[in-house]
This record gives sequence, C-alpha cells and structure tokens, in this order.
Amino acid sequence: MNGTAATFDLIVVGAGIVGASCADAASAEGMRVAIVEPGPIGGGATAAAMGHLVAMDDDPAELALAHYSLRLWEAFVDLKEAEFSRCGTLWVARNDNELAAAGQRIARLGAAGIDARLVDAAALYELEPELVPGLAGGMLVPREAVVYPPRVANHLVQRAQSRGARLYAGRRAQSLQRGGVLLDDGTRLSGPVLVATGCALPALLPMLPMRARKGHLVITDRYPGLIRHQLLELGYADSAHGDADSSVAFNVQPRPTGQILIGSSREFHANDAGVSPSMVQRMLERSFTFVPRLRELQALRIWTGFRPTTPDGRPYLGAVPGAVDQWVAAGHEGLGVTTAPGSAKLMLDLIQGRRAAIDPAPYSPQRMAA
Amino acid sequence: MREHYDVLVVGAGPAGLAAAQAAASRGARVGLLDAQPRAGGQVWRHDVRLPAPRAARRAIDKLQGVEVLVRHSVVAAEPTALRVETPQDSRLLSFGALVLATGARELLLPFPGWTLPGVTGAGGLQALAKQGWPVAGKRVVIAGSGPLLLAAADTLRKHGAQVLGIFEQASADAVRSFAWQLRQWPARAWQAAGLRLRLAGVPYRFGSFVREAVGDDAVRGVEIETPRGVQHVECDLLAAGYGLVPNTELASLLGCALDDADTHPRVQVDSLLRTSVANVHAAGESCGIGGLAVARIEGAMAGLMAIGDTAAASAWMPQRDRERRFDALLARHFTLDPRLRTLADDQTPVCRCEDVRLGALAGFGDARAAKLATRCGMGACQGRICGAALAELGRFPRGAARPPVFPARLATLAGLATLPSDAYRGS
Repeated sequence: MNGTAATFDLIVVGAGIVGASCADAASAEGMRVAIVEPGPIGGGATAAAMGHLVAMDDDPAELALAHYSLRLWEAFVDLKEAEFSRCGTLWVARNDNELAAAGQRIARLGAAGIDARLVDAAALYELEPELVPGLAGGMLVPREAVVYPPRVANHLVQRAQSRGARLYAGRRAQSLQRGGVLLDDGTRLSGPVLVATGCALPALLPMLPMRARKGHLVITDRYPGLIRHQLLELGYADSAHGDADSSVAFNVQPRPTGQILIGSSREFHANDAGVSPSMVQRMLERSFTFVPRLRELQALRIWTGFRPTTPDGRPYLGAVPGAVDQWVAAGHEGLGVTTAPGSAKLMLDLIQGRRAAIDPAPYSPQRMAA
Repeated sequence: MREHYDVLVVGAGPAGLAAAQAAASRGARVGLLDAQPRAGGQVWRHDVRLPAPRAARRAIDKLQGVEVLVRHSVVAAEPTALRVETPQDSRLLSFGALVLATGARELLLPFPGWTLPGVTGAGGLQALAKQGWPVAGKRVVIAGSGPLLLAAADTLRKHGAQVLGIFEQASADAVRSFAWQLRQWPARAWQAAGLRLRLAGVPYRFGSFVREAVGDDAVRGVEIETPRGVQHVECDLLAAGYGLVPNTELASLLGCALDDADTHPRVQVDSLLRTSVANVHAAGESCGIGGLAVARIEGAMAGLMAIGDTAAASAWMPQRDRERRFDALLARHFTLDPRLRTLADDQTPVCRCEDVRLGALAGFGDARAAKLATRCGMGACQGRICGAALAELGRFPRGAARPPVFPARLATLAGLATLPSDAYRGS
C-alpha cells in the first residue's frame, strides 16, 4: 500500500457518534467515503456517554442544533441497536425559585417547538415516587429519550459500509496533508477530509483549542421501574456550563435494562482516566439528596470518560480556517450524542455548498481564527 | 471510619491464613479479610455437616493475634488503603503492607446446555454442598479437568450424592503419567491415593468430556464424548469445571503488574513474592495454580515479607521452589483438549449475565469492542466467567479490571474519598 493513494469524496477521521453520523450521511448522498478509526467504533466519549437525547435551552444556537437533531433521531426509534427508550426528561426543582425559572425555560423550549410542561409537587411524586420529599415540582419534557450510543455508532458505520464506504479500522490518521491524509501505516488517502476526533482534535488541528472535561458514571444492577424518567436537577446547567474546575450535578437515568445510570461530574485538568474516589463520592452524595433509595442499590461498574470541550462550549462545525478541503466536526462536549445527526446534516450541507437547515454561523471554526 | 493495620491480608484461604499467622507472630497488628462468613477460603470452606480437615482446623483455630474480618468484601483499592464493605457499613482500612491471597476461581467453558438449571461448576457444586444445599440422593455427573474433580466427588458423596462418574478430559496416558510423577511430592501422592481409595467404585473415565447437557427446564442428562464414542447419561446434576483461573482483579486495580504469558493472567511476583507495587505481596493461587501446599508456604513467606523479615522468608525459598514445580506438571498433564473450544455453537450463551450468545461475538477482536456492541461482560459477574471462557476459547484476552472489585452498595462507593485534603463533604 505504501505510496499508493486511494481517492475518496470524503475521508472521515474518527468513528465516534459524530464521525459515524457524518460518514453515514455522506454515504447516503452517494459519496465515496473512507472512515479512519484507530480504536473500537464509538469507543471514546461515545462509549462513556449516558446517551441522553436532551435539548438544553441556555444557548439559542445549541438549542437550534439540538432541536434539529432530536427530530432526526426520530428515525431511530425502531432501530434495535439504538435501544431507543422514550423515558422523557424530568427536571427537578428544589424550591419555588427554581420552579419559577423552569417557567422561563418552558417558554424558550416551547418557542423552539419542544413540548415542555410545568409539573407541580403532587404530579412530580406521581411521576417519580422515589424522589426525596419536599421538592417544589419540576419540568417534564416528555418526548426526550435515551439511546445506547456505541451501538448506534456501530450501526451507522456498518450502514455506510453497506453503501460502499471503506473502513480503515485500527488505523490512525497521522497527519493532514494537502489533498488528503497520511495514515500511521504509510497509507495515503486522497480527498476532502472531515476531522471528527473529539478530544484528540489538537493532534491534527492544533489551531482549534480543545480541552478534555472528565466525567464519571456509575451503573447499578437491575431495578426495573424504580426510576422512570431521566432525572436532572434544574441547577444542572450551572454545572454543565459553568467553568468551575470540578462540579457535580444530579443526573440519573433509567436504562431499558432496568439498570440505573448515575451521573454526573465534570472536571478540567484531570487527564488520568482513573476513577477518582472523591469525585464519585461527591456525585453519589448529590444523587442521594434527590433519591435517597439509591444508597441501597448495588453498583456494578464505575467508568470515566472525557468530553471534548471548546472555549465557548459550542462545537466546531465547518471548514478548517485557512485550509482547503479540510472540515471539522468536533467539540460537542456533553451533547455529542444528542446533536450528532444534526451536526452531520449541517456538515454535508456545508461540504456540498447547500443552504443549511439551521444557521451554521455560530458553530463556524472561523471564530477561533479571529 | 478509618482503621490502620500494619499488615492487611486479603483472602482467608490457606495462603491468607498462613500469611496472617506469620505476620502476627512478631507482634504486628494484622487484619485478615474475607468476603465469606467464615475463614477457610475455597479449599477449606466450612462444611455445615462434616468436620474440617485437621490442617484447616489448626490453621483457623490457632490464629493468634490476628483480627479476622469476615464478611468484609474489598470494593476498591487506593495506594495505602482498601475500601471494604460489610453487611452493615463500609470501612476504610489502611495498611503498612498488604498480602494478596485472593486465590483462584473455577474455569467454566460454554457448551450447549451449560446454562440449564442443575449445571454448575465442579468446585461450585462442592461449595454449595458444604453450605448445606441438598444433594443427597441426587444423581451427579462430574466432568471437566484436574484433581479438583476428585475432591468435588468426594465431598458430594459424603453429602449423600450418587456420583455416576467422573469424566476427565485429559487422556488416560496423561493422567497416568501425572500420577507417576506425583511421587516427587509424597504428601500430594498420599492425599491423591486416599481420595482414589474413598472413590473406589466411582467410574473415573479419561479422554472424556461433556459435549452437551440436555433438558427443558433443567438438566436431565448429558452427552459425553468418550474415546469409544458418545455416551448418554441420565442425571439430576452436572458439575463441570475445567481447572482454575487466578483471581487478579484486586491486584490489577492496585496497579500490580500481571504476568500474561499464559491464557489467564496471574499476579507477577519476584522470588520473595513482592509484586511490582511497593509493600504489596502476593501468595498462593493468585500467582499461579499450584495447590494447597504452595499456598501455605507462600502465605508464610508473604506474611514474613510484609513485616520485613526477609531472612526468615528467604529460608522458605527452596521448599517453595520445589512445590512450585508442581504447577508445570499440573498444567502440562491437564492441558485442555482443543475440541473443548469448539463445543459452543452460535446459539450457546457465553455471557449468562447479559444473555449474549457466542454468535453475537463474531468479528470482534477485543473484549472492549465486543462489550460495547453486545453487552458481553457487562453484568453482575463483571466478566469473570465469560471473560475467562472467551480467553480460553481463543477469542480475546480479558478486559482490564474496573472498580468496584465486586458489586457494592452505592453508599459504600460514596464513602470512597479518603484524602484529608479533600474538604468537600457533600451538599
């Protein structure tokens, strides 16, 4: 293979949920696609993620991308591999102030076309009897769902392959070159390149700042019906979008298996993938304050993962500044699973020179070149 | 709650008991941990009906100056402390030195019908009988490989089971040669002869293995491949075990290097049983399958090393080396027949926790990729059973160990933080 160059219409580097979605979308348009992935498909942030499909409303651009994507996710409802479960999201208010703020969020989500409802205390406990007494109420987003991201990524790659896409499994993209990419075994692929390597972005595109934001998750044995909705505290966005070195928030998910997935934690400056006992403790204590019953449940595993985080919290979706035929789709932080399908559509529209369904300007990597 | 011990020993089997006793003999504060309700480990597991062997009684009853912490399950490891769960609470036990005597578990291999009720491991059924699970009058087929099959048969018979036969996959020549070489270890030879004598009348067949367990809602019979063709045996229980696999999970979480030259990793130790991590020693089956005699000697050595008595530990070295030579003999003569790796078909469950069939794993080259796509190994056994089986089948090596070491209450995990500098105490 050395020295020879296979030619493609699009070379997707990275087969996480974002890269896999891009490869799938490109192959659906008849493009000749290559996919380069050194590890398991969906083995990075995609594997570590909770797989919660959720619209966050605190940034209009993020909301637009999420809403666009959530509609596209509807195509996966019956896909076995997706393990799609429409449990809805229940945001929990501890006090009247939080409940009042929920009203504003409902208005913003409603304006974007997302059904969200205010829930009073009585209705809250009807929905989730295990919640700690004394909460004020909450906000229910009934159409939101959870999926199992690595299997979706696998499915998307296989679907692309069934349309002729070529998977370079176990191969790392060593460098971007004019008109293509050089792999670690010396293979050269030529054609436009789309880099979707998440936290590993700086290795290929060092001009685009990216930080890894570590998270922990704990999964329990099976307790079917104990928790029915994805539960979050309304203060979640403070943790998710704050810039504190470390934070935790109540974020608990019922898996279709009956298992309960418990998050969430966020840490900058933690590069080691090891489980941090103190972060696990903080995260679990936070979850116990909302659902005391959790204390008694059996935990099976703890794992960590890294969210690819840009300085302004928005992903890079667009052309690489100052380069020709180089594209980037990376930096989705905690929303990569939710926004992967919309990101892929947007990328294909940009690459093909079409008018995109949503305004691409807020995600343009050009903002870092200024 | 944080308690400090000069020496903590994990596992109260023969190795752990010897380690604890040796370490305590010079006045160190020693804690001996075990998840079970009584000391003894697997081989000396307490029997509800029968008296313990003399050696076990001596080792357990004569422990002096050792705090025996039963029903203490190690959940997580930190550089100088272990997070432990008890039925009531969670404790943090810090240590000056640690001895890992975590023993071994049975190797189970998938074959059609292996997940039917009534099918267990050989050591597994032996343990159940000792705990009082009723086997009296039951027709039991024992199958698999290694000397453990005889020990299981002996226990089951003593509990009233009707042992229909012991089916050893190794050839008659291999077992004969093993028995002949056993004379180099007179104590073992004597023990084996005693077992055979007690099992007189129980058919012991060689070159034979169970190819299928049959039955609808429970096992009713087995198809046995023998050198003279397939034999059908009706039975109530099948106890099938293919030897032992070292328990290395805790060592791995502590950062100890594992020796993975063979199919199943073991804890890597030097000639004085030091692991690659300072102040952490390992003894017995976790360092390689060698049996009771090795475990007791290594336990004593590791206990002495843990209190810094290198000279006394070194004195055991010739005896230890001699006993360790048995490992190779055992491994060589009970090498698994390659046909055992082909019994499971695409429909055979391989991960019973998550009901993953072997066919679902086609095309996966490593444990993590397979797990992510199929859930294989994600269940409550944390991949202990399917991981070892898939390694034995030549699919892929086991994935890395992850905390918790065993499933644990969330409340226990919430008590994980230990560093005094960590000021946060919840909201």
